[in-house]
Amino acid sequence: MNAPNRKLRVATTSLAGCFGCHMSFLDIDERILKLVELVEFDRSPITDIKHCGPCDLGLIEGGVCNAENVHVLREFRANCKILVALGACAVNGGLPAQRNHLDLRDILEEVYETEGGLARGSKIPNDPELPLPLDKVHPIHEVVKIDYYLPGCPPPADAIWKFLTDLIAGRTPVMGHGLLHYD
Amino acid sequence: MSNVFTIDGQEIPFEPGQSVMQAALTAGVFVPHLCYHPEFRPHGSCKLCTMKVNGRPATSCTTPAAAGMEVENNTTEINDKRRMLIQMLLVEGNHFCPSCEKSGNCKLQALGYALGVMSPHFTEFFPDRPVDFSHPEMLLDFNRCILCELCIRASAEVDKKNVFALSGRGLKKHLIVNAESGRLADTDFAVTDKAAEVCPVGVILRKRHGFAVPIGQRTYDLKPINEQVERFKPVTPATKEKV
Repeated sequence: MNAPNRKLRVATTSLAGCFGCHMSFLDIDERILKLVELVEFDRSPITDIKHCGPCDLGLIEGGVCNAENVHVLREFRANCKILVALGACAVNGGLPAQRNHLDLRDILEEVYETEGGLARGSKIPNDPELPLPLDKVHPIHEVVKIDYYLPGCPPPADAIWKFLTDLIAGRTPVMGHGLLHYD
Repeated sequence: MSNVFTIDGQEIPFEPGQSVMQAALTAGVFVPHLCYHPEFRPHGSCKLCTMKVNGRPATSCTTPAAAGMEVENNTTEINDKRRMLIQMLLVEGNHFCPSCEKSGNCKLQALGYALGVMSPHFTEFFPDRPVDFSHPEMLLDFNRCILCELCIRASAEVDKKNVFALSGRGLKKHLIVNAESGRLADTDFAVTDKAAEVCPVGVILRKRHGFAVPIGQRTYDLKPINEQVERFKPVTPATKEKV
């Protein structure tokens, strides 16, 4: 792979995700040493930087399930030249979107108020610090423009590696048999 | 004139009465399809098998083969349209592969892989569809139905039971069970029925057989669907009759 003439800046985040895609990303194992020769990380759980600066590449795990997700996603879109939907939830809503055919208030009431085993007087949390949940969970392409998609729950580490090395080398990423998975 | 036409320049022999699809499959040419099944009369509804026959788009499963036809199949233009058809099917239902027992054996998923469908592209419908768990041996998850009507045809033509039907029109069209209660348990549907095995996606599933074959070792995990062309088996006269 030909190295670009400067390190690319990469930001990553997990919205309505489980960090499984980030775990799969770390599953590239020692190849991460090759990767950090080519990229440097901006906002990411890896760096703990809280806000995204100008970046070449943004990787978004998870769909959009609350107001904060929308703000984070828009911050990424405003700062990243290329934005990638990483994993099933970012691509089509995934597991969190399985609540979409249910009424939000009904779910909150069941989980926080009426389900067995709750402390007496339990209420739906209502703290200004908590982001408000959205009525439905949305894939991220329904909120901002997305340049590339890498499905999978999670995408295999080899797929993430192929995707990143293709992109860094200036090629359109192509996932062959065994790397493209929806599950 | 001999019984030969061309697909993407390749000469394809055919027998009179065969469709373009049948001749293509016999010759080992991959044709994406969901509603077509070699044992049933063609339906022409999923449109994935659309080819350009002498320059005009046509469903190859319902187009009779004719000598000298020039057919385009595996072209960028046609595959772009097929990709879009898959994306429309994906957003119309709830296709959540990570929790689906059919994953790895699903034709919709396998065609998505083969055609390189990376995203749903369109806005997800997230429809509210029921699951029928009433039958002791089979379950129905309507979330995944693509309205191919294979179960309807199998139940009516082979099993002679007429268990399934479509109801509603347009966007409201959906698969139903032909029983007063609408429940599968209240029909004479059996696990040995032809209709129990033809679903190309994960609607009709056998209970207590989940993950008998592990993910990663399933039909389309081993080889992509475009390398597993179903050779055409002649339709028996019984299934050719109008029902």
